[in-house]
Amino acid sequence: MSRHVGQSVKRVDAFDKATGRAKYTDDLCDKNALIVKVVRSTIAHGFVKSIDTSEAEKVPGVVKILTCFDVPDIQFPTAGHPWSTDPSHQDTADRKLLNQHVRYYGDDVAAVVAENEIAATQAARLVKVEYEVLPFVLDVQKAMEPDAPQIHEEFPGNVLKHTSNIRGNYEEAIKEPGLICVDKWYDTASVQHCHIENHIAVAYEEAGKIVVISSTQIPHIVRRTVGQALGVDWGKIRIIKPYIGGGFGNKQDTLYEPLAAWLCMQVGGRTVKLDIPREDTFISNRIRHAERFHFTSWLRPDGTLVARKVDLYSNQGAYASHGHSIAAKGLNAFPQLYPCPNYCGNAYTVYTNRACAGAMRGYGMPQASYAIECHVEDIAKELGMDSLEYRRKHLMPVGFVDGFSKNELYYDSFNQCFDKAVKYMDYDRKRKEYENQTGDIRKGIGIATYWYNTAVWPISLEHSSCRMVLNQDGSVQVQVGETEIGQGADTAYAQMTAEILGLKDYRDVHMISTQDTDITPFGTGAYASRQTYVVGFSISQTGNILKRKILEYAVELTRCPITNMDIVDSNIVRTIDGRVLMSLKELATEALYSMTHSVHLTAESSYQIKNNAYSFGCCCAEVEVDVPMCRVQLKKIINVHDCGNLINPQLAEAQVHGGMSMGIGMALSETLLWDEKTGAPLNNNLLDYKLSSTMDHPHLEAQFVENPEPTSPFGTKSLGEPPTCPVAPAIRNAIMNATGVAINELPMNPHVLFKHFTEAGLINDPWRKEN
Amino acid sequence: MYDMKAYYESESVQHAVELRLAHPEAHIIAGGSDVLVQMREGKRAGVELISIFMLDELRGVTMEENGDLRIGSLTSFSHITKNPLIQEHILVLGEAVDQVGGPQIRNIGTIGGNTCNGVTSADSASTLHAYEAIVELTGPEGVRRIPIKDFYLKAKVVDIRPGEIQTAIIIPKESHENTHGFYIKYAMRNALDIATNGCSVNVRLSEDKKTFDRVRIAYGVAGPIPMRAPSAEAFITGKEVTMENIELFAQKVLEDINPRDSWRASKALRQHVAVESAKRCIMESVKRAGGVL
Repeated sequence: MSRHVGQSVKRVDAFDKATGRAKYTDDLCDKNALIVKVVRSTIAHGFVKSIDTSEAEKVPGVVKILTCFDVPDIQFPTAGHPWSTDPSHQDTADRKLLNQHVRYYGDDVAAVVAENEIAATQAARLVKVEYEVLPFVLDVQKAMEPDAPQIHEEFPGNVLKHTSNIRGNYEEAIKEPGLICVDKWYDTASVQHCHIENHIAVAYEEAGKIVVISSTQIPHIVRRTVGQALGVDWGKIRIIKPYIGGGFGNKQDTLYEPLAAWLCMQVGGRTVKLDIPREDTFISNRIRHAERFHFTSWLRPDGTLVARKVDLYSNQGAYASHGHSIAAKGLNAFPQLYPCPNYCGNAYTVYTNRACAGAMRGYGMPQASYAIECHVEDIAKELGMDSLEYRRKHLMPVGFVDGFSKNELYYDSFNQCFDKAVKYMDYDRKRKEYENQTGDIRKGIGIATYWYNTAVWPISLEHSSCRMVLNQDGSVQVQVGETEIGQGADTAYAQMTAEILGLKDYRDVHMISTQDTDITPFGTGAYASRQTYVVGFSISQTGNILKRKILEYAVELTRCPITNMDIVDSNIVRTIDGRVLMSLKELATEALYSMTHSVHLTAESSYQIKNNAYSFGCCCAEVEVDVPMCRVQLKKIINVHDCGNLINPQLAEAQVHGGMSMGIGMALSETLLWDEKTGAPLNNNLLDYKLSSTMDHPHLEAQFVENPEPTSPFGTKSLGEPPTCPVAPAIRNAIMNATGVAINELPMNPHVLFKHFTEAGLINDPWRKEN
Repeated sequence: MYDMKAYYESESVQHAVELRLAHPEAHIIAGGSDVLVQMREGKRAGVELISIFMLDELRGVTMEENGDLRIGSLTSFSHITKNPLIQEHILVLGEAVDQVGGPQIRNIGTIGGNTCNGVTSADSASTLHAYEAIVELTGPEGVRRIPIKDFYLKAKVVDIRPGEIQTAIIIPKESHENTHGFYIKYAMRNALDIATNGCSVNVRLSEDKKTFDRVRIAYGVAGPIPMRAPSAEAFITGKEVTMENIELFAQKVLEDINPRDSWRASKALRQHVAVESAKRCIMESVKRAGGVL
């Protein structure tokens, strides 16, 4: 069908990025910019009583020091959600630019603006802060206890939000005689995105406006939140988003753009740069919600799921950010993934004094997938069934329609994905071979699936706007609000545009990669694995408008009826006989310079998307467990995804590789730690935070099932986040296959394995018994 | 931008000694993979630096006439690993330093810096202890040579006196001759990590390969500074090469080591790993020595 879509063409930004020519925020910053260092709280919870800046101000080069006592009395929301004009759907506004009530160790209490980085750093160290220290709480369930420290005045009891999902009658259903009950707890860890470029924001005033260049995924949303935080009309804010070094959801949030903008205003509009160091990125940006799950499932001996109760406790950390959206997504996914007539689900998102949790690749589903896919494995074990067989029998059936989103499972995607994974891994043979092993080194293989959707409709707005401008040579500029954040979106857009317009070469599409809210059509940015899906609508609509205009102009030049013309390979072609009437280039040049009818052929349109799409797949992992050393070596791994038609197979594979890597880290090594005595972060650096390295990865195999998505103009759906979801449970299930030990907490690092292997009797240190 | 007060470049060892005497507060910088990191962290912010990085005379591995191996203090980890003399006589040292950080760190980091840092987790340290290395220091009074166990005074403190710089590490012939060793770095990931436990063993077997003539074992991160396990060594010396003896040897290390409980790892896990590593290191050393288990 297509010349461009479905081809593994080179990224449109490949050469610029490989040669270092691509410009990022710091590259665009005026070299005379003032440098900002944030002074962070050295307590986990309490009030700033006073701040003494006298010593700090003596450091040569210091321009200004501002504190939590200087900032506007405005609380603002940060979540990268589309704004809602309905107050009940608006994000929680619970922080100020700098905070007197500090709620995590590292909270922003003051900012030093100086001529250079050394002066700013030295001065920041000399700012003396006096606190009224309050007790703090790090654990999500402890924060719900009646006598727990109260973190936000507006949320007594610390519960930011509690929602339920009730279907049927759980209490009645469990009275059925002969049911088997499987009751388990599962815990996931706080992890961080670790994008290669730390968040950075540069602000200056120009033409009566405040301009912020930022490493963000969501320029149009940040324009709104900066306006809200400063109490300034949104049109007076201009956000520029150049290339960024990854985001993974951390930059789907308002981070330090408002503070940079406000500080700039305090120094007469001079350029200020706020470049967050890696250590601070771990604690003062966003992290993944650590979630705790309690599953109680009631089954008939044949495996039929009669009733299920799920309690989900989501650790929000100090500020609301994306808040309950993350936990709610998991809670509502469970009865879709494994339909259950009697479901009683409760999710609680709870403030604690950890770092603030927000969006992170998978938006709660990596946690939820871990819990449910561990639980299914535990159920199958309890029933004495093969766990893959159990999944095939009890997963959402073909034709399933979710009542809320109207998402439908059109194809046998789960089984098709399983089949590919099973074949690649030689799963069935190995699964049997690895049962009942003894000895120090044991092998295991495990599988897991997940639930995912595409974009945020109908919970929130889905909208994409696109502008196309035809050049004299028949090439086009394209602008959309959905950002390139390293995932390759610009390339997919170029391919789709070339397809719709009938261009010869996708390189005739010039993507204007930078979003500038003064120039770029409105779009909410990159998140929810939505870009290719939602931009597909606006590119096809806008492309068809432009094409229509081109062909209408061609009628004037050729007198051929419009119905008998098309654009093929950048030529105006008479469809009756295939004759080339003229090239698009000839047409475009004539259109601009015609002495009789000159017109700039452009098109711009908005599309509100009122669709969503299921996206499914699986991971299968093989491990070798060194029992005495408590170490897991990943030997072989595959992800298989049905994300509809692939726009660019090579880029799709790269997305899967990145997602798998993130899943591997979450499974085996990554966890942020806080000191139980002080609430201080312990490992907020890339040495102590064990981001997995390429040496910890085997070959990452990515395969696809391409069932065209009926709701998408290009038959495509989400792939950005899904690959992270099934990895940790697949590895956990492989470890269980190898050792018989169920590890119900993440990460499954040596500390955790040592504990579990000791409890299970696999490790028996005689000297410890004597103690 | 690094917050430094002054930077002095040494042009010779003698010049470095003079700079040290002239600027007693200054810190020595070689590859910078530790010093610069600590300056950025603020721990060494605002310091004076004396660079010895340009002193090529301190680079390279040579065998002295008496059979001692001499490793210049500025020799990088990657040069040590790839050096033919190291590969022939003390392969385990090359393997150990090949586990430091990542390739870039191994290209810039030096064995002198690794030891002068005084940290217990240094990947070279346990092997150098297990080979009873000699540390050579050059100062205003000339050259001073001390056993590596005396070089380490306490955590992060080594015996470098005013005006001195470390110029070489020497592995005596008696120590490396006819030995085979193995090192296990136990860390939380397979690269870019610091050891949770480092264990280095080397053995000298009898001619018939059935008896342990000499065994040395040393640890990193089993105490505040790298340390030998004398009870374990004493136990196994002269014993037959059997799994039973190896198991007993491994458990014996608990009498010598003193790992701590911290958020990075529990004492229980560290002890467990130390015993298992001792066993695996000695088994592998026996195999390398041509012994049979």
